[in-house]
Amino acid sequence: MWAFLARRLGLAAVTLVGMSIVIFVLLRLAPGNIVDLLFQSAGYVDPVEKQHIMHDLSLDRPVPVQYAQWVGQLLHGNLGLSYRYGLPAWQIIRPRIPVTVELAIMSIAVAIALGLPTGVASAARQNTPVDYGFRMFSLAGLSMPAFWLGMLIILVLVRAFGWIPSMLYISARVDLRAHLLQFGLPALAVGYRSAALINRMTRSSMLEVLREDYVRTARAKGLAGRAVIYRHALQNALLPVVTVIGTEFAFLIGGLVVTETVFNLPGVARYLVEAILWRDYPVVQNLVMFIAIIVVLANLAVDLLYARLDPRIRYT
Amino acid sequence: MSAGIRRFAERYPVGMAGGAIMLLVVLAAVLAGVVSTHDPTRTDAAHTFVPPNAQFWLGTDHLGRDIYSRIIHGARVSLAVGIACSLIGGVAGGAVGLVSGYVGGRADTVIQPTLDIMQGFPLLVLALVMTAALGPSIETVVVAISVPFIPRIARVVRASVLSIRETSYVEAARALGANHIRVALRHILPNTVAPLIVMSTAQLGSAILVEASLSFLGLGVPEPYPSWGRMLSVSAAEFAQRAPWVVIFPGLAISLVVFASNLLGDSLRDFLDPRLRL
Repeated sequence: MWAFLARRLGLAAVTLVGMSIVIFVLLRLAPGNIVDLLFQSAGYVDPVEKQHIMHDLSLDRPVPVQYAQWVGQLLHGNLGLSYRYGLPAWQIIRPRIPVTVELAIMSIAVAIALGLPTGVASAARQNTPVDYGFRMFSLAGLSMPAFWLGMLIILVLVRAFGWIPSMLYISARVDLRAHLLQFGLPALAVGYRSAALINRMTRSSMLEVLREDYVRTARAKGLAGRAVIYRHALQNALLPVVTVIGTEFAFLIGGLVVTETVFNLPGVARYLVEAILWRDYPVVQNLVMFIAIIVVLANLAVDLLYARLDPRIRYT
Repeated sequence: MSAGIRRFAERYPVGMAGGAIMLLVVLAAVLAGVVSTHDPTRTDAAHTFVPPNAQFWLGTDHLGRDIYSRIIHGARVSLAVGIACSLIGGVAGGAVGLVSGYVGGRADTVIQPTLDIMQGFPLLVLALVMTAALGPSIETVVVAISVPFIPRIARVVRASVLSIRETSYVEAARALGANHIRVALRHILPNTVAPLIVMSTAQLGSAILVEASLSFLGLGVPEPYPSWGRMLSVSAAEFAQRAPWVVIFPGLAISLVVFASNLLGDSLRDFLDPRLRL
């Protein structure tokens, strides 16, 4: 068990180092250098200030040294300085984290609540109108851009109820109902896509399990269809579904980027877009690294959960 | 070929319907100049926010541009980007998968972790960073979307190469004195075509969605090309209440094309390679 954990953690660390190198190299592919781009938006180049910024960003040093410096700073919890705000990036990012985390958790909750039962129902009634209906529902979820779904939700709400979603962030302590509404709707827009994937995975995994001998045995001994499906089949069909939920967690972040923009939520994901548009590279680099860490941790959690759920997987 | 298509149509009418919709959109894109009713870039201050009518089939936007014509011309950008990304991702991913699977050994131990790392990034985030680094242009968008596809496709191709490598006909070819390159290209590659086609088709829909998201965020295909994602950009959202058609139709266009490509992709997967599950 401990050996397994240690090895898995080691692998996660190696992956993170790799991801940090990819981010670092990618952002240095920029034609010209970052400082020129910074000046480009200002329209003029001040050579003294340019030297100054180059030195600040350590761009006057060899690339490996720059990389080592960056990682060193990261390990000390220093996320660098935002050029846009002239503040330490961490000060800007920190208050945004709870917004994104809450939205991500609610989206996954929506996805599971919508995807799992519909997937089970689809498999239990394979090739019936119910199955076709849910499959169309899931394909539609995979086809709609999350930001468009968000716009439609807002459009319909305003038309039907004359209600305009607040463009300002409402804290849960101030008004819980308004807060939940403010997060619930974007969670629906983001979660639908993941629901579609969970639905598909649940369906195909259930279909496989339902053909197993022990399911036939359970049926033969006269158990009700419901008991067979929920107690015998679903438990064993859940494994691949857990994997999908884990990987979806990573993909969800893509959905959050656009949805936070549509619903004007002050989260980390929207800040990434803003930082890119403002060419605030130190912030972009650190934010993407931050996302990479979350993704690696999510995968790690899924692996550990997987080993717990399936006794056949040994901790070796 | 045509017999194969007929068999596909008989067994998978839904997939065929998806294919027919795709074909229709491709035709509309190719014949955009003929099919559209207005110049997609011409602004008309006298006709802003006109609701759908006989003259402007899907209405006009805040600059008085005809939405129907913009959607038709936008299909060019969306399809071109989508197809280019699936092709580039398919060819590059196929090549990486072939090398990784056939050569194995040291090449494999370098390639696999690299792919793992690339796949770790959420697709849109990786694409965002690449457009940030390379600056927005149509080429950047294509590169930024194709590169994240490479690991996804390479993985599937590698798996199928690994199993083909062990078959007796490959052994026979080797025994007859065929060199490695010949074996890889003549005997193994053709047998990986099915999963390659399936995976590439599956990526077509996501390529179109990611391009739309990038353009929506203002980092996609730049002006003057009309693009479905940019038609929905944040500024358009502000007019949504006054003129819902500005928002509804471009989104419908994206959803319809992605839906059709998903229908086609799913059926192709079942038809060509039932073992593959996505």
